[in-house]
Order: sequence, then C-alpha cells, then structure tokens
Amino acid sequence: MTIAETQTALSATGLAARRVVNWGVVADHAILIAGSALMIVPVVIAFLTSTWDPVTIHREGLQYLPGGHFLDTYGMVIFHGTGFTGEVNGMTMMVNSLILGFGFSVGKIVISMMAAYAIVYFRFPFATISFWAIFMTLLLPLEVRILPSYEIVQEMGLTNTYTGLILPLIASATGTFFFRQFFKSVPDELVEAARIDGAGPVKFFIDILIPLSRTMIAAIFIIMFVYGWNQYLWPTLITTDEHYFTLVRGIKQILQVWIGSQIPDYNEAMALAILAMLPPVVVVIVFQSWFVKGLTESDK
Amino acid sequence: MKRVVFGHSWLPYFFLLPQLAIVIVFFYWPAGEAVRSSFYLEDPFGFGSSFVGLDNYANALGASEYQRVARFTVVFTFAVTFLSLAIALLLAVKADSVLRGARTYRTLLMWVYAIAPPAAGMLGILLFDQHVGPLTHVAEFFGWDLRLGVNYYDTAVAMVVVSVWKQIPVNFIFFLSGLQGIPRAVREAALIDCKSGLRRFFTVTFPLLAPTGFFLLIINITYALFDTFGVFDLMTKNEPANNPVSLVYKVYLDGFRGNDLGGSSAQSVILMLLVLVLTVVQFRMIERRVHYT
Repeated sequence: MTIAETQTALSATGLAARRVVNWGVVADHAILIAGSALMIVPVVIAFLTSTWDPVTIHREGLQYLPGGHFLDTYGMVIFHGTGFTGEVNGMTMMVNSLILGFGFSVGKIVISMMAAYAIVYFRFPFATISFWAIFMTLLLPLEVRILPSYEIVQEMGLTNTYTGLILPLIASATGTFFFRQFFKSVPDELVEAARIDGAGPVKFFIDILIPLSRTMIAAIFIIMFVYGWNQYLWPTLITTDEHYFTLVRGIKQILQVWIGSQIPDYNEAMALAILAMLPPVVVVIVFQSWFVKGLTESDK
Repeated sequence: MKRVVFGHSWLPYFFLLPQLAIVIVFFYWPAGEAVRSSFYLEDPFGFGSSFVGLDNYANALGASEYQRVARFTVVFTFAVTFLSLAIALLLAVKADSVLRGARTYRTLLMWVYAIAPPAAGMLGILLFDQHVGPLTHVAEFFGWDLRLGVNYYDTAVAMVVVSVWKQIPVNFIFFLSGLQGIPRAVREAALIDCKSGLRRFFTVTFPLLAPTGFFLLIINITYALFDTFGVFDLMTKNEPANNPVSLVYKVYLDGFRGNDLGGSSAQSVILMLLVLVLTVVQFRMIERRVHYT
C-alpha cells in the first residue's frame, strides 16, 4: 500500500500541468512514508541480514537484499542447539515464550475479572480496604522491588519453574482496573432482570457478564499476551536453567556469545531476534482494532 | 458503586482471594522487605545484618556515581519523552489528515509496539555496530567516529535513538485516537475561521489534545525510567562500568552484581517515592482531563 500511496503522490505530481497539485497533501504523504520507513527499515535490514552467511556479513557489512541462507539459518536456530546455548534450541524457547505469554494473560484475566466482579457487584466488610490494597499495586512496577521479589521467590523454591516465572508478574492491578471500569458501565437493569429470573451471583457472572465482556477480554488478552511475551528482566533473573529460557531471554544469551567470538554469528543472532519479535507483532497487526481499543480505553 | 448489588456472606471473598493472595505475597511482602532492608547493612557473605538507620540513603545520595547516574537518567528521560512525543504527534496529525491510506499508515506506524525492548536493543547494536553498522557508517560520513559501548556519549545517543524508536508507536496510537475524538463540528468551524493550517493546529487541535498529551507525558516518563531496562542491558554489552546506565539499571547492578542489598534497597525506595509523586501528578491530570471533556 505504501507503494500505491507513492504512486498516487507521483501521478499527482505528473499531472501538475493540467490539475492543481495539492502540495500539502503530497508533503503529508511524504512525512508518513518517511515515518513508516523509519519503523520498518531496521527490522527489514535485520531480517535480510539473517538470510546470509556470517562470513559474508562480516566481510561486507549488513545486507539489503535477500540471501540464500534463509532455510539454513532458521533451521539451525529453530531445531539445533547452535552456538548460543549449547543444548536449547529456538523451538524450546518458543514454547517457553508461549507458556509465559498465555499463562500470564489467561491468569491475569481470570484473576482480575473475579476480583473486579467482587469489587463492583458486592457490598461486604473490608471491601474498601481490599480495593485499595489491590489498586496500590498500580503504583510500583516490578523493577523497583526486583531484589526482594527475587529473594522471596527463591526462598519459596520457585526459581526455574513456570509458576515462579508467571505468578509474580501477575501481581499488579492493571487488569482489575480495566475490568472494574467496564463492569461499572454495564447497565444495572441486567442484574435486576437476572434476579427476577432467579439467577444467583455465580450464574449471573458466568452466563451474562462473561459473554458480555467478550470484546474487552479479547482486547486485554492481546495487550497482556504481548506484555507477557516481551518480559525480560524477570525471566533473566528467575530462569538460570536453559530449559526455561524464553526467546526474549535468549537474546541476552546471544549477546554473551557474540561478545566473546571472533566472527560473530550475526545471521543467527538476527534470526533469533526476528523469531522473538514475530508472534507478538503478528498478534498486534491481525487484531489491530481490538488492540487499539483496549489500549486507548484502558486509561479512562 | 452499583445501585443493585448482591449480598452474600463468603462469595465476594472467594472471588477476591486469588488476586489478594498474589498481591500480598508478590507485592506487599517484597515492597515491605525493600523498605526494611534499606535500613540495614547486610553482610555480603550472609552472616546477619545490622541496623544502620538512614546510612544507606546517605551513602547512595551522596555518592558521586549515583549523582552522575541520576543526572544521566534525567537527561535521558527528557530526551526520550520529548523526541518520541514530538515525532509521534507529527505523524498522528498527518495520519489523521490524509484521506487515502490512513488505515495502512496506522498499521505501519504502530506495529513496533509489539517488539520487546531487548529485541530493539539488539537491533540497535546491529545498526550501530563498529564494523557492519550502517548508522556508524552514516556518522562516519559526517566525520563522527561513533563507538557504541566504548564512548560514553556515543552509547547514550544510540540508547536514546533505540528507546525513542520503540516508544513512537504508543504515542502515535494515543495521539491518533485523541485526534479522531475531536468532533467534526469543531474541525469544520475551525476550518472556516482559520485558513492557516499551522495556526489552526496550535489554536484548536493542540489545546484539545493537551489532556492526551499530559497523560502520555507520564506514560513516557515511566517508560523511559523503567521499561528501557532491556535496552540498557543489551546496549551496555556487559560493561556497565564505563557506559551510561539509568537509576533502575543501577538498582539491579548494585543488588545483583554488587551484592549491596542495603544500598540497592535504599535506591529502590527512592524510586518508589519518585513513582508515587508521578502517580499523584497523573491522577490530578486525569481529573483535569475529565474536566476538559
């Protein structure tokens, strides 16, 4: 489509003699195309470079055309132990990333929906204090309490487990806040109607509120999946066993090998980085409208 | 609060329990632990600890290294916030004004959101590489001998470039949605009243976008402080000593590499206070935002 835009812009210029060219519009497109290029080009260069062999890259620099080593490089990175970690291949790391992404987003959605339901639809003692106890967590990101968090998880013997990887990341109220806002916008008449029909709180939650929240769940799932997949600091600390490495965690490992080597395997490093980017990028592009909706509405 | 609510003795607790349990174990306990150990001096070999009052804070704040890192963090945060907001605003205004291809541009400009900061850092290392990096060659063309990971300022510039690149999409999405929220009637009225596009932008569009801008300002400061960890960890290439690092990265360095539990915790608490101030500011902004619209 960018090419199409360029063509429209160009044909508009070509017709200057007959039609009045709106230079403002041409300039707008030029700026947008430059901006898009700024976003795309670095990743494309990384991808193209990953399809060449390391010696060529080392000798000639980064490559701007596709090379013939796509299958070799990616096959190596995905299925073989390669130089980065010795035993663990891209496939294992991909599976771990998926476990982290899904585990985090599903866990977060289930837990925060339940909590938001209790907060919005029930009146009970300690409601206010529970509410504040949960929402205080919005204040402090994991990064500022990283050392004690690590020590506590270590004491619990949860290092190198999926539980230790996922649970501490769930300890923030972003999802709860989001669902609370949404539940508050659900009309009260629904509860009344459900009550008249004899539905209890559990039935109301499962049969009415959850189906009603489908779009919201989808939107927050996408945001949380990308967030979970892209986690770096926590997985770096908590997984020392290579069998629990995620793709994003693996990037650090590539660098370690890179620093020490004579001819760095630029191609494999780039291939792994591309693999680490691909799933969240695809998810965000495919589910774009949900994602944008979730992102821009979560702050209201 | 809902007008109609359920009354049930134990059910709400059942629904709340998982979230509360996780929050207490993985949030309040570590946060409390950070505050507690910031007042203690821990023996690096694990032979107990002694209460030292505010010494850890005094040592942290008094150290010239800490002040240097703090100064860099302020400059870095300002540069990243300003540049990514400015570029994103320009792109959003253009994407909002073009009639053809608006959706395509939106996709092309927002997908980088999904890239993890360390992956962006990896791209940065490649593009600024000493031997093969095209951006190093460009700098060379202008007579700038750019050395990533060797020269302090060169590394800082590369980090700002990568962090800005990574943050443009978020700002773009919010600005675009803010722009699309401006009512058609207001736009048309502005179009009739004011012929100059630039003046129209600064007198009508910009004030209407200000609430989004305030909100994004906080988001960006938080991003520059915390979410750039991956960029720092990659781009210092295991040699943080002579490369620029942020305050958050220093907490990690002192705690995990330096084994200075008390000092690291004191720095954590300082950061907690900083985030607290930011959040209070944010809430006030949101109040004002509601007032605007």
